[in-house]
Amino acid sequence: MTASDGVVSDGVVSARLGPVEQIPVGEGRAFLVGDEPVAVFRPRSGGLYALRAICPHRGGPLADGLVDAEVVMCPLHNHQFRLASGECVSGGGVADVDAYTATEEDGELVVSLRSPSG
Amino acid sequence: MTALEEPTHRTATDRDTRAELVVVGNGMSGARALEEILARGGDEMFAITVFGDEPYGNYNRILLSEVLANAAGQVVDNDDVDGDDEDELFLNPRAWYDDNGITLHAGVRVVRIDRHAKVVYGDDGSVTPYDTLVLATGSRSFFPPMDGMWASDTELTPGVFGFRSLDDATGMLRHVAGDAAMRSSTREDGKRSAVVIGGGLLGLEAAAGLQAHGLAVHVVHPTEVLMNQQLEAQASAVLRSKLEDMGMHMHLGVKTSEILLGDDGAVSGVRFTDGSTLGCDTVVVTAGIRPNIGLAVVSGLETQRAIVVDDRMRSVDDDDIFVVGECAQHRGEVYGVVGPLWEQAAVLADVVTGADPGAEYHGSRLATKLKVAGVDVAQMGVKSPERESDEFVQFSETGRGVYQTVVIRDGTLIGATLVGDISKAAALTQAFDSRSALPEERIRLLFDLGSADDGTSAADLPDDTQICNCNGVSKGDLVACVEGGAESVSACMAATRAGKGCGSCKGLVTEVVEAALGGEGAADPADSYYVPAIPMDKPTLMAEIRSRGLTSVSAVFEALAPDGKDHVGSKMGLTALLRMMWPDDVVDERDGRFINDRVHGNIQRDGTFSVVPRMSGGVTTPAQLRRIADVAEKHDIPMVKLTGGQRIDLLGVPKEKLQEVWADLDMPSGWAYGKSFRTVKTCVGTDFCRFGLGDSTQLGIDLEERYKGIEGPAKMKLGVSGCPRNCAESMVKDVGLVAIEGPRWQIYVGGAAGATVRQGEVLATVDSHDEALRLVGRFLQYYREHANWLERTYDFVPRMGLEYLKAVVVDDAEGLADGLDARMQEAVDAYADPWATDQRERTPGQFHDALPIIPLPQVPVRSSSGSPA
Ligand code: SRM
Ligand SMILES: Cc1cc2nc3c(=O)[nH]c(=O)nc-3n(C[C@H](O)[C@H](O)[C@H](O)COP(=O)(O)OP(=O)(O)OC[C@H]3O[C@@H](n4cnc5c(N)ncnc54)[C@H](O)[C@@H]3O)c2cc1C
Ligand code: SF4
Ligand code: FES
Repeated sequence: MTASDGVVSDGVVSARLGPVEQIPVGEGRAFLVGDEPVAVFRPRSGGLYALRAICPHRGGPLADGLVDAEVVMCPLHNHQFRLASGECVSGGGVADVDAYTATEEDGELVVSLRSPSG
Repeated sequence: MTALEEPTHRTATDRDTRAELVVVGNGMSGARALEEILARGGDEMFAITVFGDEPYGNYNRILLSEVLANAAGQVVDNDDVDGDDEDELFLNPRAWYDDNGITLHAGVRVVRIDRHAKVVYGDDGSVTPYDTLVLATGSRSFFPPMDGMWASDTELTPGVFGFRSLDDATGMLRHVAGDAAMRSSTREDGKRSAVVIGGGLLGLEAAAGLQAHGLAVHVVHPTEVLMNQQLEAQASAVLRSKLEDMGMHMHLGVKTSEILLGDDGAVSGVRFTDGSTLGCDTVVVTAGIRPNIGLAVVSGLETQRAIVVDDRMRSVDDDDIFVVGECAQHRGEVYGVVGPLWEQAAVLADVVTGADPGAEYHGSRLATKLKVAGVDVAQMGVKSPERESDEFVQFSETGRGVYQTVVIRDGTLIGATLVGDISKAAALTQAFDSRSALPEERIRLLFDLGSADDGTSAADLPDDTQICNCNGVSKGDLVACVEGGAESVSACMAATRAGKGCGSCKGLVTEVVEAALGGEGAADPADSYYVPAIPMDKPTLMAEIRSRGLTSVSAVFEALAPDGKDHVGSKMGLTALLRMMWPDDVVDERDGRFINDRVHGNIQRDGTFSVVPRMSGGVTTPAQLRRIADVAEKHDIPMVKLTGGQRIDLLGVPKEKLQEVWADLDMPSGWAYGKSFRTVKTCVGTDFCRFGLGDSTQLGIDLEERYKGIEGPAKMKLGVSGCPRNCAESMVKDVGLVAIEGPRWQIYVGGAAGATVRQGEVLATVDSHDEALRLVGRFLQYYREHANWLERTYDFVPRMGLEYLKAVVVDDAEGLADGLDARMQEAVDAYADPWATDQRERTPGQFHDALPIIPLPQVPVRSSSGSPA
């Protein structure tokens, strides 16, 4: 886990978290952005995605989940969440998880606690 | 629990304008009659009082066989069996009576009816008035007159039992468990034995139950035909040989003349009419049942074999007295199974409540499905042809213990008997009940020949087909349940009680419900895919992977998934398949693995992991234990626990400490996290045990050392026992070995004692240790190559069929053996201990914490005294 104090701009916390290669292709890793635990994923199909690291179901570690181009599957009870939006797609009344914005800037991973809608 | 506050029960309902309905007998038919009456609004018409001389709510008598068979079942102690118990055994717990405003006098026996005053007298001195009376007194065990049977006028000799009530079953359990320890020290072989007098359904159930408790069981039956009420000679012979295979001793054509007593006044044996004797410490008398008609007799009601009733289920002497169940004699018939009782109860309720005052019962055609000592039996109508012109179709496959016959008269089915395989029972019952036209080729009644979709599928059955005989549930009832919103088989079973009797109909219940849930085309082709994302079954997928030389998960998705995309739910299965297929050449893509397989530990609820080192065969040393203790202390391991697999689990290790813990332990991985070869449970065998026939400990160690960590479609758990006492529980393992005289090894496959419980079947019996090692490996390799993803051997073995597996694995009928052996050898050679090889990180951050800031561990930690600290 890598922690970063984060920088606040426009009321949004964001942080530079070091080289993107910390995350093996196809997997996820957890980081602290300010006080927020964030899981960042690097699916084989490309792109970077960030979700709150804690599964809304029973607190499972999402960064340890299996991922494909669309979803991450929590390792504890297999609920699935969309990488792009955090939407829970496996039913069972489980809440969505917060989604954040992850980008690569000069080979470095940048996460801001802003929803990735835009 | 049965105390009555007041002996006379009128007070509570004095101002009640409802009529008084009194039910005597709180067994299966009495309670069913009540349910039917309530369902017709009876609670508004009647103030209801029930007397039952058993001190419980109403329970499912059929399940007593199971109560007896379940070792250490929860129902052993009477005190636990109050009516509040939610136990499956109870159909209506005591609370049900309260909820429905019914006054229940449990433990009170009605001794007389005054038909002029219209009151019943209880043995507690109570006097209870009725307007309408229902007699449902059932039957009791019949004890043939015999010296030594009784200790007093009312008490059986200690060690002698009937088999009718919950108290009978718990009494037997207590007897069997009770002084076993004492006896085993006085009897040389430590073996207890039981004689069951009477080889009918109940006798065989009792025998199976006692055998499950480790008793040697002898069944004594006066004719050569076991279960002669239901079966003709040949069917009975098939059943008999199955039971003998299970180790039961049969004494047929023999009668018992005396029960022998020991010095302590308890049973010590039995004497037969030919003068010979047999020692035993338990006798179960299942020589028939007799309807309880004493109450009717003293009260002046017409009785013959049972209480005589008319078509409205009323006593022929008294329009206010109804009779239902085993104590009723209707048109000369007295029934002894529950199916007819349900029909009687419905008619009774129609008449009593006026819902249909003209309702009539016309008798039942008996179609019975039973499980006799684990063997499925279905019987309907006549047992064998009675006239010259009757057609008789007969099929027998003694090896498998299957025997089936049908009897046809003038083109309609008038009888059928199925032993060992009752998959056709529903279709036959249907043809039997409706007298419908039969296929030209009569054999089609027993088999689906040729074309794929003939035979009667659950979806084609008419709605009124009875599916569960025990609880009288029709196909229509189940379909209505689905239409009413039930979404699963278990929900329908809970709502209708289908499948909750003897259980023999569970398969059919599942089919019906699944068909109803799935609508048309219930069989989804996707069910055959090895993983959901790739539309191929396992053989096709393996052929494609091999011919295209695909060695990585991503390559498989790219080449074979319809859209070329990867899929979370398919990754683990593909990873396992490729690791099996290419032991040396697989491309290790870590993102294709489940987290457990990335870090070689089992993930816990708080994101920590467990560490279970290998202890081959469950054998350890003081030095090893000391090391484990040191590691646990050094790393503050929150819980150290002995596992069910005979090793030690260190639980609650954070991910980033795993490598350090492994290094400090300096022990190999036990693979407690993988879909892989896990453990070999062993017993002490010849080294120390005084009964050992084979060196089970050494064989267990050798098996585990050889096949450790071999990955497959699901976990593989083994056991090796040194003698048939089977202390390592080998018969419920994926592969289990049991030493027998010789010494030789029996190899059982397909056993399970997890979510599914199944006894393994003997694949082979071999002479040597080496042969055992080799054959186990060959079976496992065949399983690895042919089982579906996550298909345990308990599903795989029955799917392939034992005979087929024997032919391929043991007799090498298809010439595969050498290849299987060679590929298993390759896998063994390619093995590397993951804890050693992953001492160096394989991917960046492999052991990084995935749940930052949450203090670990998050699960309750137990102190050494065992309570949460
Ligand atoms: C640790 C242990 C319980 C214990 O403290 O004794 C255990 C723990 C778990 N078992 Fe088990 N089982 C353990 C012995 C058993 C046994 C008994 C045995 O192995 O002799 C069984 C019955 C036999 C069998 O395999 O069927 C057993 C039947 C199951 C099942 C049901 C499997 C089935 O197909 O019916 C599951 C669920 C599953 O695998 O899907 C399961 C699943 C689990 C999991 C992995 C829960 C999960 O799905 O994540 C538990 C992981 C805890 C951990 O972190 O290690 N465990 N589990 C036992 C480890 C034995 C070992 O030394 O490796
Ligand atoms: C071990 C076992 C296994 C069985 N397996 C099967 C099976 O697989 N399939 C099948 O169809 N059937 C099976 N049966 C038979 C089935 O259980 C009976 O047919 C059914 O229970 C009969 O119901 P009943 O209400 O007539 O009698 P019971 O269930 O015997 O109920 C009668 C009740 O009335 C009480 N009683 C009697 N006299 C009085 C009185 N004077 N005052 C108050 N109470 C009184 C009795 O104590 C008893 O509780 C099995 C039976 C046993 C014992
Ligand atoms: S029985 Fe259930 S709770 Fe216990 S270890 Fe196995 S899976 Fe976990
Ligand atoms: S905690 Fe994530 S699915 Fe249950």
